[in-house]
Amino acid sequence: MNRFVLDPTGERTVVERTLLDRPPSLAGRRVGLLDISKPRGNVFLDRLEERLATDGAAVQRYRKPTFTKPAPVDLRHEIATQCEVVIEALAD
Amino acid sequence: MVAPVAPALPDGLVVIVKEECETCRMIAPLLARLRGATVYVQDDAGFPAGVEAVLDADLAVSWHHAVETVPTLIRVVNGVEAERTVGWVRSDWRRVTGVEDLGDDLPPFRPGCGSMSVDPDRVDGLRQRFEGGRLRSRRVELAELEDEFEALFDRGWTDGLPVVAPTEQRVLAMLDGTSRSSDEIVATVAPDLVEATVEKIAIAAVMAGCRPEYLPWVLTAVEAICNDEFNIHGLLATTMPVGPVIVCSGPGTVKIGMNSGVNALGQGNRANSTIGRAVQLVVRNVGGGRPGGVDRAAHGNPGKLSFCFAERPDSPIGTLAEQQGVAGDVDALTVFPGEGPRCVVDQLSRRPESLASSLAACLRTVHHPKLPLAFDAIVVLGPEHLRVFADAGWDRPRILTELDDRLQLAGDEIVRGAGGIDEGVPADLAGATLPKFRPGGLLLASAGGGAGLFSAIIGGWANGATGSTPVTREVRP
Repeated sequence: MNRFVLDPTGERTVVERTLLDRPPSLAGRRVGLLDISKPRGNVFLDRLEERLATDGAAVQRYRKPTFTKPAPVDLRHEIATQCEVVIEALAD
Repeated sequence: MVAPVAPALPDGLVVIVKEECETCRMIAPLLARLRGATVYVQDDAGFPAGVEAVLDADLAVSWHHAVETVPTLIRVVNGVEAERTVGWVRSDWRRVTGVEDLGDDLPPFRPGCGSMSVDPDRVDGLRQRFEGGRLRSRRVELAELEDEFEALFDRGWTDGLPVVAPTEQRVLAMLDGTSRSSDEIVATVAPDLVEATVEKIAIAAVMAGCRPEYLPWVLTAVEAICNDEFNIHGLLATTMPVGPVIVCSGPGTVKIGMNSGVNALGQGNRANSTIGRAVQLVVRNVGGGRPGGVDRAAHGNPGKLSFCFAERPDSPIGTLAEQQGVAGDVDALTVFPGEGPRCVVDQLSRRPESLASSLAACLRTVHHPKLPLAFDAIVVLGPEHLRVFADAGWDRPRILTELDDRLQLAGDEIVRGAGGIDEGVPADLAGATLPKFRPGGLLLASAGGGAGLFSAIIGGWANGATGSTPVTREVRP
Protein backbone atom coordinates (compact mmCIF):
# COMPACT_ATOMS: atom_id res chain seq x y z
CA MET A 1 0.00 0.00 0.00
CA ASN A 2 1.24 3.49 -0.79
CA ARG A 3 2.10 5.53 2.25
CA PHE A 4 1.94 9.29 2.11
CA VAL A 5 2.92 11.94 4.62
CA LEU A 6 2.28 15.66 4.42
CA ASP A 7 5.28 17.89 3.77
CA PRO A 8 6.10 19.70 7.04
CA THR A 9 8.33 22.28 5.35
CA GLY A 10 7.53 25.76 4.08
CA GLU A 11 7.59 24.36 0.51
CA ARG A 12 9.45 27.42 -0.67
CA THR A 13 10.47 27.77 -4.24
CA VAL A 14 14.12 28.55 -3.91
CA VAL A 15 15.10 31.34 -6.24
CA GLU A 16 18.42 30.49 -7.81
CA ARG A 17 20.70 33.48 -8.03
CA THR A 18 24.11 33.59 -9.58
CA LEU A 19 26.91 35.56 -7.99
CA LEU A 20 28.17 38.59 -9.83
CA ASP A 21 31.64 38.35 -11.28
CA ARG A 22 34.36 39.33 -8.86
CA PRO A 23 35.61 42.84 -9.76
CA PRO A 24 39.22 42.68 -10.99
CA SER A 25 40.09 45.72 -8.87
CA LEU A 26 38.41 47.83 -6.21
CA ALA A 27 39.98 51.03 -7.50
CA GLY A 28 37.25 53.57 -8.14
CA ARG A 29 34.52 51.23 -6.90
CA ARG A 30 31.91 52.23 -4.35
CA VAL A 31 32.36 49.82 -1.43
CA GLY A 32 29.83 49.65 1.41
CA LEU A 33 30.88 48.52 4.87
CA LEU A 34 27.98 47.29 7.01
CA ASP A 35 28.56 47.35 10.77
CA ILE A 36 26.08 44.92 12.32
CA SER A 37 26.44 46.66 15.73
CA LYS A 38 28.43 43.94 17.44
CA PRO A 39 30.99 45.24 19.94
CA ARG A 40 34.28 46.23 18.30
CA GLY A 41 32.93 45.65 14.79
CA ASN A 42 33.82 49.29 14.15
CA VAL A 43 37.47 48.62 15.03
CA PHE A 44 37.63 45.96 12.36
CA LEU A 45 35.80 48.09 9.81
CA ASP A 46 37.96 51.18 10.52
CA ARG A 47 41.01 49.16 9.57
CA LEU A 48 39.30 47.78 6.46
CA GLU A 49 38.29 51.28 5.42
CA GLU A 50 41.92 52.41 5.63
CA ARG A 51 43.06 49.50 3.49
CA LEU A 52 40.30 50.00 0.94
CA ALA A 53 41.01 53.72 0.67
CA THR A 54 44.63 52.89 -0.08
CA ASP A 55 43.39 50.69 -2.92
CA GLY A 56 41.44 53.63 -4.30
CA ALA A 57 37.95 52.51 -3.31
CA ALA A 58 35.23 54.99 -2.32
CA VAL A 59 34.05 53.70 1.03
CA GLN A 60 30.59 54.28 2.44
CA ARG A 61 29.75 53.17 6.02
CA TYR A 62 26.40 51.69 7.14
CA ARG A 63 25.14 50.36 10.45
CA LYS A 64 22.36 47.97 11.43
CA PRO A 65 20.24 49.09 14.43
CA THR A 66 20.91 45.79 16.21
CA PHE A 67 22.92 42.69 15.40
CA THR A 68 20.07 40.43 16.56
CA LYS A 69 17.70 41.29 13.74
CA PRO A 70 18.01 41.24 9.95
CA ALA A 71 18.93 44.56 8.30
CA PRO A 72 15.83 46.69 7.68
CA VAL A 73 14.55 46.69 4.11
CA ASP A 74 15.29 50.41 3.68
CA LEU A 75 18.90 49.95 4.69
CA ARG A 76 19.33 47.05 2.29
CA HIS A 77 17.83 49.15 -0.49
CA GLU A 78 20.11 52.07 0.36
CA ILE A 79 23.19 49.87 0.18
CA ALA A 80 22.06 48.19 -3.03
CA THR A 81 21.51 51.51 -4.79
CA GLN A 82 24.63 53.27 -3.49
CA CYS A 83 27.28 50.54 -3.66
CA GLU A 84 28.82 48.13 -6.13
CA VAL A 85 30.48 45.97 -3.49
CA VAL A 86 29.50 45.35 0.13
CA ILE A 87 31.34 43.86 3.07
CA GLU A 88 29.30 42.80 6.11
CA ALA A 89 31.22 42.54 9.34
CA LEU A 90 30.85 40.30 12.35
CA ALA A 91 32.92 40.96 15.43
CA ASP A 92 33.45 39.91 19.11
CA MET B 1 -8.26 14.85 -3.94
CA VAL B 2 -11.70 16.47 -3.97
CA ALA B 3 -13.98 15.90 -1.00
CA PRO B 4 -17.34 14.43 -1.99
CA VAL B 5 -20.07 17.06 -1.83
CA ALA B 6 -22.19 16.95 1.30
CA PRO B 7 -25.48 15.25 0.38
CA ALA B 8 -28.49 17.48 1.05
CA LEU B 9 -31.30 16.11 3.20
CA PRO B 10 -34.78 16.00 1.70
CA ASP B 11 -37.50 18.14 3.25
CA GLY B 12 -39.70 16.50 5.84
CA LEU B 13 -38.68 13.91 8.38
CA VAL B 14 -35.34 12.13 8.11
CA VAL B 15 -34.38 9.17 10.27
CA ILE B 16 -30.93 7.57 10.42
CA VAL B 17 -30.78 4.04 11.83
CA LYS B 18 -28.66 0.91 11.88
CA GLU B 19 -29.91 -2.62 12.17
CA GLU B 20 -27.32 -3.58 14.75
CA CYS B 21 -28.76 -1.08 17.22
CA GLU B 22 -31.34 -2.45 19.62
CA THR B 23 -33.10 0.91 20.02
CA CYS B 24 -33.34 1.22 16.23
CA ARG B 25 -34.93 -2.24 16.07
CA MET B 26 -37.32 -1.21 18.83
CA ILE B 27 -38.54 1.88 16.99
CA ALA B 28 -38.44 0.29 13.50
CA PRO B 29 -42.15 -0.57 13.44
CA LEU B 30 -42.99 3.12 14.03
CA LEU B 31 -41.19 4.33 10.90
CA ALA B 32 -43.91 3.06 8.56
CA ARG B 33 -46.32 5.45 10.32
CA LEU B 34 -44.20 8.48 9.52
CA ARG B 35 -45.69 9.60 6.25
CA GLY B 36 -43.14 10.81 3.72
CA ALA B 37 -40.20 10.21 6.03
CA THR B 38 -36.81 9.39 4.46
CA VAL B 39 -35.01 6.62 6.29
CA TYR B 40 -31.25 6.16 5.95
CA VAL B 41 -29.79 2.90 7.18
CA GLN B 42 -26.08 2.50 7.83
CA ASP B 43 -25.55 -1.24 7.74
CA ASP B 44 -28.38 -3.30 6.17
CA ALA B 45 -30.37 -2.34 3.06
CA GLY B 46 -33.17 -4.67 4.13
CA PHE B 47 -33.81 -2.84 7.38
CA PRO B 48 -36.30 -1.75 8.59
CA ALA B 49 -38.81 -4.25 7.24
CA GLY B 50 -41.66 -2.63 5.33
CA VAL B 51 -39.84 0.66 4.79
CA GLU B 52 -37.94 1.67 1.69
CA ALA B 53 -34.73 2.82 3.30
CA VAL B 54 -31.72 4.42 1.59
CA LEU B 55 -28.46 2.65 2.34
CA ASP B 56 -25.89 5.19 3.58
CA ALA B 57 -23.19 2.84 2.36
CA ASP B 58 -20.27 5.28 2.47
CA LEU B 59 -21.71 7.02 5.54
CA ALA B 60 -21.61 10.33 3.66
CA VAL B 61 -25.05 11.38 4.94
CA SER B 62 -24.19 10.41 8.50
CA TRP B 63 -20.79 12.15 8.34
CA HIS B 64 -21.85 15.39 6.75
CA HIS B 65 -24.86 15.79 8.99
CA ALA B 66 -22.87 15.09 12.16
CA VAL B 67 -24.87 12.04 13.18
CA GLU B 68 -23.25 10.67 16.32
CA THR B 69 -26.10 8.53 17.64
CA VAL B 70 -28.65 6.23 16.03
CA PRO B 71 -31.51 6.56 15.77
CA THR B 72 -31.36 10.26 14.89
CA LEU B 73 -34.59 11.99 13.86
CA ILE B 74 -34.32 15.27 11.96
CA ARG B 75 -37.01 17.60 10.64
CA VAL B 76 -35.93 19.49 7.51
CA VAL B 77 -37.68 22.61 6.26
CA ASN B 78 -36.70 24.17 2.93
CA GLY B 79 -33.44 22.23 2.91
CA VAL B 80 -32.47 23.42 6.39
CA GLU B 81 -32.45 21.35 9.55
CA ALA B 82 -35.13 22.70 11.87
CA GLU B 83 -35.01 20.22 14.72
CA ARG B 84 -33.38 16.95 15.76
CA THR B 85 -33.55 14.36 18.50
CA VAL B 86 -31.31 11.39 19.15
CA GLY B 87 -31.99 7.98 20.69
CA TRP B 88 -35.59 7.36 21.72
CA VAL B 89 -37.20 10.04 23.84
CA ARG B 90 -40.92 9.54 23.27
CA SER B 91 -41.95 13.11 24.00
CA ASP B 92 -39.29 14.47 21.65
CA TRP B 93 -40.26 12.09 18.84
CA ARG B 94 -43.91 13.06 19.23
CA ARG B 95 -43.02 16.76 19.08
CA VAL B 96 -40.73 16.45 16.05
CA THR B 97 -43.04 14.12 14.07
CA GLY B 98 -46.30 15.73 15.17
CA VAL B 99 -47.74 12.23 15.76
CA GLU B 100 -49.35 12.48 19.18
CA ASP B 101 -49.75 8.81 20.07
CA LEU B 102 -46.42 7.68 18.65
CA GLY B 103 -44.88 4.79 20.59
CA ASP B 104 -47.66 4.31 23.13
CA ASP B 105 -46.47 0.77 23.76
CA LEU B 106 -42.80 1.72 24.08
CA PRO B 107 -40.91 2.87 27.16
CA PRO B 108 -40.68 6.67 27.41
CA PHE B 109 -36.91 6.67 27.01
CA ARG B 110 -34.16 4.47 25.66
CA PRO B 111 -30.66 5.70 24.74
CA GLY B 112 -29.47 5.12 21.20
CA CYS B 113 -26.25 3.54 19.97
CA GLY B 114 -23.13 5.05 18.43
CA SER B 115 -23.39 5.98 14.77
CA MET B 116 -21.08 4.01 12.48
CA SER B 117 -19.69 7.34 11.32
CA VAL B 118 -18.08 7.90 14.72
CA ASP B 119 -16.89 4.32 15.15
CA PRO B 120 -13.26 4.68 16.33
CA ASP B 121 -12.14 2.19 13.66
CA ARG B 122 -13.76 4.20 10.89
CA VAL B 123 -13.65 7.84 11.95
CA ASP B 124 -10.10 8.68 10.80
CA GLY B 125 -10.69 7.13 7.38
CA LEU B 126 -13.99 8.97 6.97
CA ARG B 127 -12.42 12.26 7.98
CA GLN B 128 -9.69 11.77 5.40
CA ARG B 129 -12.26 10.81 2.76
CA PHE B 130 -14.67 13.65 3.37
CA GLU B 131 -12.39 16.43 4.60
CA GLY B 132 -8.97 15.55 3.18
CA GLY B 133 -9.54 17.91 0.26
CA ARG B 134 -8.98 20.93 2.48
CA LEU B 135 -5.35 19.99 3.15
CA ARG B 136 -3.00 21.98 0.97
CA SER B 137 0.40 20.53 1.84
CA ARG B 138 2.34 18.53 -0.70
CA ARG B 139 1.89 14.77 -0.34
CA VAL B 140 5.20 12.97 -0.01
CA GLU B 141 5.16 9.28 -0.87
CA LEU B 142 7.32 6.96 1.16
CA ALA B 143 8.97 4.14 -0.75
CA GLU B 144 7.74 0.65 -0.06
CA LEU B 145 10.90 -0.48 1.69
CA GLU B 146 11.47 2.74 3.65
CA ASP B 147 11.06 2.53 7.39
CA GLU B 148 8.58 5.22 8.37
CA PHE B 149 10.75 6.68 11.14
CA GLU B 150 14.00 6.49 9.19
CA ALA B 151 12.30 8.11 6.19
CA LEU B 152 11.52 11.24 8.21
CA PHE B 153 15.05 11.40 9.63
CA ASP B 154 16.45 11.03 6.11
CA ARG B 155 14.48 14.03 4.90
CA GLY B 156 15.91 16.20 7.69
CA TRP B 157 12.55 16.84 9.32
CA THR B 158 13.30 15.76 12.88
CA ASP B 159 14.91 17.42 15.87
CA GLY B 160 17.09 14.38 16.51
CA LEU B 161 14.37 12.28 18.07
CA PRO B 162 11.91 10.17 16.10
CA VAL B 163 8.75 11.99 15.04
CA VAL B 164 5.24 10.73 14.40
CA ALA B 165 4.59 10.48 10.66
CA PRO B 166 2.23 13.34 9.65
CA THR B 167 -0.31 11.34 7.66
CA GLU B 168 -3.45 13.00 6.33
CA GLN B 169 -5.58 11.15 8.87
CA ARG B 170 -3.46 12.27 11.81
CA VAL B 171 -3.26 15.87 10.63
CA LEU B 172 -7.02 16.05 10.08
CA ALA B 173 -7.61 14.64 13.57
CA MET B 174 -5.16 17.26 14.93
CA LEU B 175 -7.07 20.05 13.17
CA ASP B 176 -10.16 19.05 15.15
CA GLY B 177 -8.35 20.59 18.13
CA THR B 178 -8.91 24.13 16.91
CA SER B 179 -11.83 26.14 15.60
CA ARG B 180 -9.47 28.04 13.31
CA SER B 181 -9.54 27.35 9.60
CA SER B 182 -6.73 25.11 8.36
CA ASP B 183 -5.66 27.65 5.75
CA GLU B 184 -5.50 30.60 8.14
CA ILE B 185 -2.03 32.13 8.30
CA VAL B 186 -0.81 32.16 11.86
CA ALA B 187 2.62 33.73 11.55
CA THR B 188 5.54 34.47 9.30
CA VAL B 189 8.31 32.22 10.53
CA ALA B 190 11.97 33.20 10.58
CA PRO B 191 14.58 32.79 9.33
CA ASP B 192 13.16 32.04 5.86
CA LEU B 193 10.13 34.29 6.53
CA VAL B 194 7.65 31.65 5.38
CA GLU B 195 3.97 32.02 6.18
CA ALA B 196 2.83 29.18 8.45
CA THR B 197 -0.79 28.09 8.15
CA VAL B 198 -2.77 26.33 10.86
CA GLU B 199 -2.29 23.20 8.73
CA LYS B 200 1.52 23.44 8.73
CA ILE B 201 1.52 23.95 12.48
CA ALA B 202 -0.85 20.99 12.91
CA ILE B 203 1.63 18.88 10.94
CA ALA B 204 4.39 19.90 13.36
CA ALA B 205 2.08 19.13 16.29
CA VAL B 206 1.44 15.63 14.95
CA MET B 207 5.16 15.07 14.46
CA ALA B 208 5.92 16.29 17.99
CA GLY B 209 3.39 13.87 19.49
CA CYS B 210 0.73 16.39 20.55
CA ARG B 211 -2.89 15.52 21.19
CA PRO B 212 -5.43 17.69 19.28
CA GLU B 213 -6.40 19.57 22.44
CA TYR B 214 -2.85 20.93 22.69
CA LEU B 215 -3.05 22.58 19.27
CA PRO B 216 -4.43 25.96 20.43
CA TRP B 217 -1.43 26.26 22.78
CA VAL B 218 0.99 25.45 19.97
CA LEU B 219 -0.69 27.96 17.63
CA THR B 220 -0.55 30.69 20.27
CA ALA B 221 3.09 29.98 21.07
CA VAL B 222 4.03 30.18 17.39
CA GLU B 223 2.21 33.53 17.13
CA ALA B 224 3.95 34.74 20.27
CA ILE B 225 7.49 34.00 19.05
CA CYS B 226 7.09 35.21 15.45
CA ASN B 227 7.09 38.98 15.77
CA ASP B 228 9.60 41.78 16.07
CA GLU B 229 9.21 41.95 19.86
CA PHE B 230 10.13 38.35 20.59
CA ASN B 231 12.48 38.16 17.62
CA ILE B 232 12.79 34.39 17.14
CA HIS B 233 15.21 35.12 14.31
CA GLY B 234 17.76 36.61 16.69
CA LEU B 235 17.12 34.00 19.36
CA LEU B 236 17.76 31.27 16.83
CA ALA B 237 20.81 32.90 15.31
CA THR B 238 22.57 33.84 18.55
CA THR B 239 25.63 31.98 19.76
CA MET B 240 24.08 31.94 23.27
CA PRO B 241 22.39 28.76 24.57
CA VAL B 242 18.80 29.94 24.48
CA GLY B 243 15.45 28.99 23.01
CA PRO B 244 11.78 29.79 23.53
CA VAL B 245 10.63 28.87 27.05
CA ILE B 246 6.83 28.58 27.21
CA VAL B 247 5.12 29.27 30.54
CA CYS B 248 1.42 28.32 30.50
CA SER B 249 -1.38 29.14 32.93
CA GLY B 250 -5.15 29.09 33.26
CA PRO B 251 -7.80 26.38 33.65
CA GLY B 252 -6.96 24.93 30.22
CA THR B 253 -3.58 23.74 31.48
CA VAL B 254 -5.38 21.42 33.89
CA LYS B 255 -7.87 20.30 31.23
CA ILE B 256 -5.16 19.22 28.83
CA GLY B 257 -3.18 17.56 31.61
CA MET B 258 -0.12 19.78 31.78
CA ASN B 259 2.25 19.32 34.67
CA SER B 260 2.82 22.20 37.08
CA GLY B 261 3.84 20.03 40.04
CA VAL B 262 6.44 17.33 40.65
CA ASN B 263 9.14 17.52 37.94
CA ALA B 264 7.23 20.30 36.11
CA LEU B 265 10.34 21.43 34.24
CA GLY B 266 11.41 17.88 33.49
CA GLN B 267 10.37 14.91 31.40
CA GLY B 268 7.39 12.60 31.59
CA ASN B 269 4.38 14.78 30.79
CA ARG B 270 3.09 14.58 27.25
CA ALA B 271 1.68 18.11 26.98
CA ASN B 272 4.76 19.78 28.49
CA SER B 273 7.09 17.72 26.32
CA THR B 274 5.29 18.05 23.00
CA ILE B 275 3.91 21.62 22.91
CA GLY B 276 7.38 23.16 23.04
CA ARG B 277 8.67 20.52 20.67
CA ALA B 278 6.00 21.34 18.09
CA VAL B 279 6.93 25.03 18.24
CA GLN B 280 10.58 24.20 17.60
CA LEU B 281 9.64 21.88 14.72
CA VAL B 282 7.75 24.79 13.12
CA VAL B 283 10.91 26.91 13.37
CA ARG B 284 12.98 24.08 11.93
CA ASN B 285 10.76 22.88 9.12
CA VAL B 286 8.61 25.86 8.14
CA GLY B 287 11.08 28.62 9.02
CA GLY B 288 14.16 26.66 7.96
CA GLY B 289 16.03 27.38 11.20
CA ARG B 290 18.46 24.56 11.86
CA PRO B 291 21.51 24.03 14.06
CA GLY B 292 24.62 24.77 12.06
CA GLY B 293 22.53 26.79 9.60
CA VAL B 294 21.04 29.98 11.00
CA ASP B 295 21.09 28.43 14.51
CA ARG B 296 24.64 29.29 15.61
CA ALA B 297 24.45 28.38 19.31
CA ALA B 298 27.89 27.63 20.75
CA HIS B 299 26.45 25.07 23.18
CA GLY B 300 22.67 25.14 22.96
CA ASN B 301 20.72 23.55 25.78
CA PRO B 302 18.50 20.47 26.07
CA GLY B 303 15.47 22.72 26.54
CA LYS B 304 15.67 23.56 22.84
CA LEU B 305 13.89 20.24 22.25
CA SER B 306 10.97 21.47 24.37
CA PHE B 307 10.91 23.79 27.35
CA CYS B 308 7.29 24.25 28.32
CA PHE B 309 5.56 23.99 31.66
CA ALA B 310 2.41 25.05 33.47
CA GLU B 311 2.12 27.24 36.53
CA ARG B 312 0.51 25.92 39.69
CA PRO B 313 -3.17 26.91 39.81
CA ASP B 314 -2.87 27.30 43.62
CA SER B 315 -0.05 29.86 43.51
CA PRO B 316 -0.45 32.48 46.25
CA ILE B 317 1.12 35.15 44.03
CA GLY B 318 -0.94 34.63 40.85
CA THR B 319 0.55 33.86 37.47
CA LEU B 320 3.29 35.23 35.28
CA ALA B 321 0.62 36.07 32.68
CA GLU B 322 -1.03 38.30 35.30
CA GLN B 323 2.29 40.04 35.90
CA GLN B 324 2.26 40.67 32.14
CA GLY B 325 -1.26 42.10 32.24
CA VAL B 326 -3.58 39.16 31.46
CA ALA B 327 -6.52 38.29 33.76
CA GLY B 328 -5.85 35.40 36.14
CA ASP B 329 -8.52 32.90 35.14
CA VAL B 330 -7.75 33.12 31.44
CA ASP B 331 -5.74 30.58 29.45
CA ALA B 332 -2.52 32.29 28.51
CA LEU B 333 1.12 31.67 27.81
CA THR B 334 4.30 33.68 27.99
CA VAL B 335 7.23 32.99 25.73
CA PHE B 336 10.59 33.83 27.24
CA PRO B 337 13.99 33.64 25.53
CA GLY B 338 15.67 31.36 28.01
CA GLU B 339 18.56 29.05 28.78
CA GLY B 340 18.22 25.87 30.84
CA PRO B 341 17.08 26.16 34.45
CA ARG B 342 19.42 26.14 37.42
CA CYS B 343 18.47 25.31 41.01
CA VAL B 344 18.53 27.67 44.00
CA VAL B 345 18.94 25.62 47.19
CA ASP B 346 17.92 27.34 50.41
CA GLN B 347 16.61 24.92 52.99
CA LEU B 348 17.13 27.08 56.03
CA SER B 349 15.46 30.43 55.32
CA ARG B 350 12.10 30.78 57.06
CA ARG B 351 12.20 34.59 56.97
CA PRO B 352 11.24 36.21 53.65
CA GLU B 353 14.13 38.68 53.94
CA SER B 354 16.62 35.83 54.17
CA LEU B 355 15.10 33.94 51.26
CA ALA B 356 15.00 37.08 49.10
CA SER B 357 18.71 37.60 49.81
CA SER B 358 19.45 34.00 48.80
CA LEU B 359 17.57 34.33 45.55
CA ALA B 360 19.22 37.68 44.81
CA ALA B 361 22.69 36.25 45.41
CA CYS B 362 22.00 33.55 42.83
CA LEU B 363 20.25 35.89 40.39
CA ARG B 364 23.29 38.13 40.42
CA THR B 365 25.23 35.41 38.61
CA VAL B 366 22.86 35.15 35.63
CA HIS B 367 25.23 34.84 32.65
CA HIS B 368 27.96 36.68 34.59
CA PRO B 369 28.00 38.32 38.02
CA LYS B 370 29.64 41.43 36.54
CA LEU B 371 27.11 41.99 33.74
CA PRO B 372 24.09 44.14 34.70
CA LEU B 373 20.94 45.08 32.77
CA ALA B 374 21.62 43.04 29.66
CA PHE B 375 19.59 39.92 30.44
CA ASP B 376 16.13 39.20 31.86
CA ALA B 377 15.36 36.18 34.06
CA ILE B 378 12.46 34.11 35.35
CA VAL B 379 12.51 32.81 38.91
CA VAL B 380 10.36 29.68 39.13
CA LEU B 381 9.41 29.61 42.79
CA GLY B 382 8.71 26.20 44.27
CA PRO B 383 5.73 25.82 46.64
CA GLU B 384 7.91 25.56 49.73
CA HIS B 385 9.74 28.79 48.93
CA LEU B 386 6.44 30.44 47.99
CA ARG B 387 5.06 29.49 51.37
CA VAL B 388 7.82 31.43 53.13
CA PHE B 389 6.80 34.56 51.24
CA ALA B 390 3.04 33.93 51.47
CA ASP B 391 3.15 33.29 55.24
CA ALA B 392 4.84 36.65 55.71
CA GLY B 393 2.23 38.38 53.54
CA TRP B 394 4.60 39.17 50.67
CA ASP B 395 2.75 39.37 47.37
CA ARG B 396 4.28 39.43 43.89
CA PRO B 397 5.07 43.18 43.75
CA ARG B 398 6.64 43.00 47.21
CA ILE B 399 8.85 40.04 46.29
CA LEU B 400 9.97 41.80 43.10
CA THR B 401 10.74 45.04 44.97
CA GLU B 402 12.68 43.23 47.67
CA LEU B 403 14.70 41.31 45.07
CA ASP B 404 15.40 44.48 43.13
CA ASP B 405 16.63 46.22 46.30
CA ARG B 406 19.12 43.39 46.80
CA LEU B 407 20.27 43.41 43.17
CA GLN B 408 21.85 46.87 43.02
CA LEU B 409 25.43 46.30 41.87
CA ALA B 410 28.29 48.58 42.89
CA GLY B 411 30.10 49.85 39.78
CA ASP B 412 33.46 49.46 41.52
CA GLU B 413 32.90 45.71 41.80
CA ILE B 414 31.78 45.12 38.24
CA VAL B 415 34.06 47.27 36.11
CA ARG B 416 36.44 45.52 33.78
CA GLY B 417 39.39 44.18 35.73
CA ALA B 418 37.65 44.26 39.14
CA GLY B 419 38.13 41.04 41.08
CA GLY B 420 40.88 40.05 38.67
CA ILE B 421 38.29 39.45 35.93
CA ASP B 422 38.55 41.28 32.61
CA GLU B 423 34.84 40.91 31.82
CA GLY B 424 32.62 43.67 33.16
CA VAL B 425 31.25 47.14 32.48
CA PRO B 426 33.39 50.04 31.14
CA ALA B 427 35.71 51.71 33.65
CA ASP B 428 33.75 54.99 33.60
CA LEU B 429 30.94 53.24 35.50
CA ALA B 430 33.11 52.88 38.62
CA GLY B 431 31.29 54.68 41.42
CA ALA B 432 27.88 54.16 39.80
CA THR B 433 25.19 51.79 41.07
CA LEU B 434 23.58 49.58 38.45
CA PRO B 435 20.59 47.24 38.79
CA LYS B 436 21.18 43.65 37.72
CA PHE B 437 17.83 43.67 35.89
CA ARG B 438 16.15 46.36 33.81
CA PRO B 439 12.68 47.45 35.06
CA GLY B 440 10.28 44.58 34.36
CA GLY B 441 13.18 42.30 33.45
CA LEU B 442 12.69 39.99 36.41
CA LEU B 443 9.71 37.65 36.14
CA LEU B 444 8.18 35.26 38.66
CA ALA B 445 6.48 31.94 37.94
CA SER B 446 5.16 29.25 40.30
CA ALA B 447 5.78 25.58 39.65
CA GLY B 448 7.24 22.48 41.20
CA GLY B 449 6.47 19.65 43.59
CA GLY B 450 5.26 20.17 47.13
CA ALA B 451 8.45 18.98 48.80
CA GLY B 452 11.81 20.70 48.42
CA LEU B 453 12.91 24.17 49.53
CA PHE B 454 14.13 25.02 46.05
CA SER B 455 13.46 27.40 43.21
CA ALA B 456 14.76 27.54 39.67
CA ILE B 457 16.27 30.42 37.72
CA ILE B 458 15.98 30.64 33.94
CA GLY B 459 18.41 33.19 32.52
CA GLY B 460 17.44 35.18 29.43
CA TRP B 461 19.15 36.60 26.40
CA ALA B 462 19.92 40.06 25.03
CA ASN B 463 16.83 41.98 26.08
CA GLY B 464 14.65 44.83 24.93
CA ALA B 465 14.91 46.46 21.52
CA THR B 466 18.38 44.98 20.95
CA GLY B 467 17.21 41.41 21.43
CA SER B 468 14.00 39.83 22.70
CA THR B 469 11.13 40.94 24.88
CA PRO B 470 9.00 38.26 26.57
CA VAL B 471 5.56 38.09 24.93
CA THR B 472 2.33 37.04 26.66
CA ARG B 473 -0.77 35.99 24.71
CA GLU B 474 -4.18 34.64 25.59
CA VAL B 475 -4.86 31.19 24.20
CA ARG B 476 -8.02 30.97 22.12
CA PRO B 477 -9.64 27.73 20.90
